[in-house]
Amino acid sequence: MSKQPPGAPPPPPVQRLRLRYAKRGRLRFTSHRDIARVFERALRRAEVPMAFSAGFSPHPKISWVGAAATGVASEAEYVEIALAEHRDPDDIRRALDASLPEGIDLLEAVEAEPGTSLPDRVQASRWEIVLAGVTHADLQAAVTAFEAAESVEVERMTKNGRRVFDTRGAVVSMAATQHDNCAILEVVVQHVTPAVRPDDVLSGLRSVSDLVTPVPPAATRLAQGPLTAEGEVADPLAPDRVAAGNPGADAGATRQVDGAVGA
Amino acid sequence: MATRTARSLGGMPVESMFPRLEKLLPQISKPIQYVGGELNSQVKDWDSADVRWCLMYPDAYEVGLPNQGVMILYEVLNEQPGVLAERAYSVWPDLAKLMRENGVPAFSIDAHRPVKAFDVLGISFSTELGYTNMLEALDLAGIPLHAADRTEDDPIVLAGGHAAFNPEPIAGFIDAAVLGDGEQAVLEMTEILKRCKRNGLDRESTLLELAKTGGVYVPRFYDVTYLADGRIQRVAPNHPDVPWRVHKRTVMDLDEWPYPKQPLVPLAETVHERMSVEIFRGCTRGCRFCQAGMITRPVRERSITGIGEMVKAGLEATGYEEVGLLSLSSADHSEIGDIAKGLADRYEGTQTSLSLPSTRVDAFNIDLAQELSRNGRRSGLTFAPEGGSERLRKVINKMVTKEDLVATVTAAYTAGWRQVKLYFMCGLPTETDEDVLEIADMAREVIRAGRQATGTRDVKCTVSIGGFVPKAHTPFQWASQADPETIDRRLRLLKDAIRDDKSTAKAIGFRYHDGKPGQVEGLLSRGDRRIGAVLEEVWRQGGMFDGWSEHFSYERWMTAAETVGVDVDWYTTREREELEVLPWDHLDSGLDKEWLWSDWQEALAEQDLDDCRWIPCFDCGVCPQMGTEIQVGPTGKKLLPLSVV
Repeated sequence: MSKQPPGAPPPPPVQRLRLRYAKRGRLRFTSHRDIARVFERALRRAEVPMAFSAGFSPHPKISWVGAAATGVASEAEYVEIALAEHRDPDDIRRALDASLPEGIDLLEAVEAEPGTSLPDRVQASRWEIVLAGVTHADLQAAVTAFEAAESVEVERMTKNGRRVFDTRGAVVSMAATQHDNCAILEVVVQHVTPAVRPDDVLSGLRSVSDLVTPVPPAATRLAQGPLTAEGEVADPLAPDRVAAGNPGADAGATRQVDGAVGA
Repeated sequence: MATRTARSLGGMPVESMFPRLEKLLPQISKPIQYVGGELNSQVKDWDSADVRWCLMYPDAYEVGLPNQGVMILYEVLNEQPGVLAERAYSVWPDLAKLMRENGVPAFSIDAHRPVKAFDVLGISFSTELGYTNMLEALDLAGIPLHAADRTEDDPIVLAGGHAAFNPEPIAGFIDAAVLGDGEQAVLEMTEILKRCKRNGLDRESTLLELAKTGGVYVPRFYDVTYLADGRIQRVAPNHPDVPWRVHKRTVMDLDEWPYPKQPLVPLAETVHERMSVEIFRGCTRGCRFCQAGMITRPVRERSITGIGEMVKAGLEATGYEEVGLLSLSSADHSEIGDIAKGLADRYEGTQTSLSLPSTRVDAFNIDLAQELSRNGRRSGLTFAPEGGSERLRKVINKMVTKEDLVATVTAAYTAGWRQVKLYFMCGLPTETDEDVLEIADMAREVIRAGRQATGTRDVKCTVSIGGFVPKAHTPFQWASQADPETIDRRLRLLKDAIRDDKSTAKAIGFRYHDGKPGQVEGLLSRGDRRIGAVLEEVWRQGGMFDGWSEHFSYERWMTAAETVGVDVDWYTTREREELEVLPWDHLDSGLDKEWLWSDWQEALAEQDLDDCRWIPCFDCGVCPQMGTEIQVGPTGKKLLPLSVV
């Protein structure tokens, strides 16, 4: 049997689109693998002309950028897809959003600036963590202690077994606010290895204070992208929009901050 | 065990359990399986429904979601105005523990309503190994385990699926059972329940209304008496309006029931992720070990045009990249060649692959398999000679010669396949060590012929073998089941025989299931009402998910049988006599007991029997008794041409 399947190889990609989507409500319990399957099927139902890999098991060309963990919501997840035919990005956004289940919501689609890498632009995330049954004062005390510390080590099971690592170094900024009966933590975390996840930050806060979280905390990624000199998380698709001659942000982007609490 | 009893919930507010469940989800593995919201799932208004069904598949979500039976009934019921159906699956122990600790009762996954609030809890049993999961589900739902303890607040617990053809081991836990095809049965039951609710009938009277139809088995209306030696003396109705025998249900025109039209597409990963179309129901090949083939007679084909329409609508509704053409022996559809070619033509260039589970061994299937793999991934080929020797294959009526098998597998290697699977059973009636050892010869011959034909050493086969379990309503229902020691010993002999020939050993894989789970399955499949106590004891000792090797405990089952005084050998290895009253004799699968007995005698005489689709009727009894008939093509029609968008 030959090493290549018979017939012509699949057509090469002619266009790459970068997509931002949200993971909301009960769909936050999807794992990254679940999302990948859901996406592949939605692309088929929406009849998006995907470019396929060659070989005996052709797969649609989809590149994932990071992914919020199972149980964590997000307003800013990113994926890049390669198309075999040119399409208007906004048509793709509408068609794909209609094919995706409610809760996996497609917010933006822009044509990729050729020769650039999306993962290279994603350096940090801004998280919102809602802590039900926690007072603002308790959270503020924990934040103050955390920020005063030089390093805050936590322990977590990783793929390579139990690991101890620092969380303080990855945290760029932290702020505690209050909403109804919940304390809310907003935190900007750099993407480092091993990853410092929202639950690691909470473990760190607990280890430097008496913070107790009676109800499982609800974390939402509000943004991810380049880290600016001011410590802000910028829009990773901005350069693509400029290259495409449309520097104004997509209407969907304004939803980035809304909808996190109680989504 | 104190933790076994679900907390009393008090009152029955029919509201979504989701807010309470949501707090537990971050603490468990694979939470997505409990959130519902699958593509094509639906949530209907609770208050405006007259009859509410909870359809449960008593296994994990990943196994239960793709189940065609549940999917079909879910859609058939929800299409009816005033009828609501939601689904439930077994919850894993990590969530069950948290549910008990937090007083969260068993829920449906569509709208997360408490299972206890439904009118009917319909449980589909593909296998007897789901029984302990039913007990767990009842307890988590706050429904009394024993049918006799249930009140007007509890749903009617209804069993269906193939295992329901002998529901006697669970007779004390279910209120009713339906045998056979469910499509029309659930609608007729719904009408009766609607009428009973409107007229304010109590639980007992409602069950009587169902039992009177002769198509719903209500165990409490039948009394079992026993002889001094433990055999059954008689099973008789204890109410004048209840028939002596309950008959199975048969849907005659599959084209009138093109379900599922909108197959459910899960968010979580499941065992089968494809668009499945049942291309025919029933099988008359007459394999004597096969309960499915016996209880689903006669053969009823879906038409080629009906299949074409279902595939088109299903793929559009799901986005699946694979089509599965399902049946008990898919290559036997009278127009399978045209169906496969038609679908391959239609989906040329779309990365849509076709699969044909359950195919028989013959040369034609290789052409078919080529056609099936034209557009997509090349799926594996499995051949099932079932018995190792020609003699044994006559006993079981699986008529495949070794020459045919070797020729077919060689053709598969020549056509590009490098790996095939050969499926066998161990412990078949009359089997000897020599019969089993012939499997090794067959595998070696397959490899040698394959190497010669392809001119390479790059051909492999896997021998997959499991223990045979005699089932109710088959010619082997009287047979002695081989004990686990015999099965395990023969499997070891076979393994050694495969290893011993160094020239082929590396090319032959060996996968087996040991004999112990089969003995438990045998206890349940031919058990009577006295087995219910074993089941309950096993569950009380923590038994559930018995179909999963990591959860199954043979010792737990044997200890439980001993505790309640049940002799496992008596139920499994004992050969039955012709006139013994079998626990399921009052349940009518259509097959004449006399015919089954004569087929059992022919098996012992090593006589094979042909398929009644192609020879005159041999009076198995199904068609005249059930008012049914064989429905096969060819129709001579073509698949509908695909309209290019």
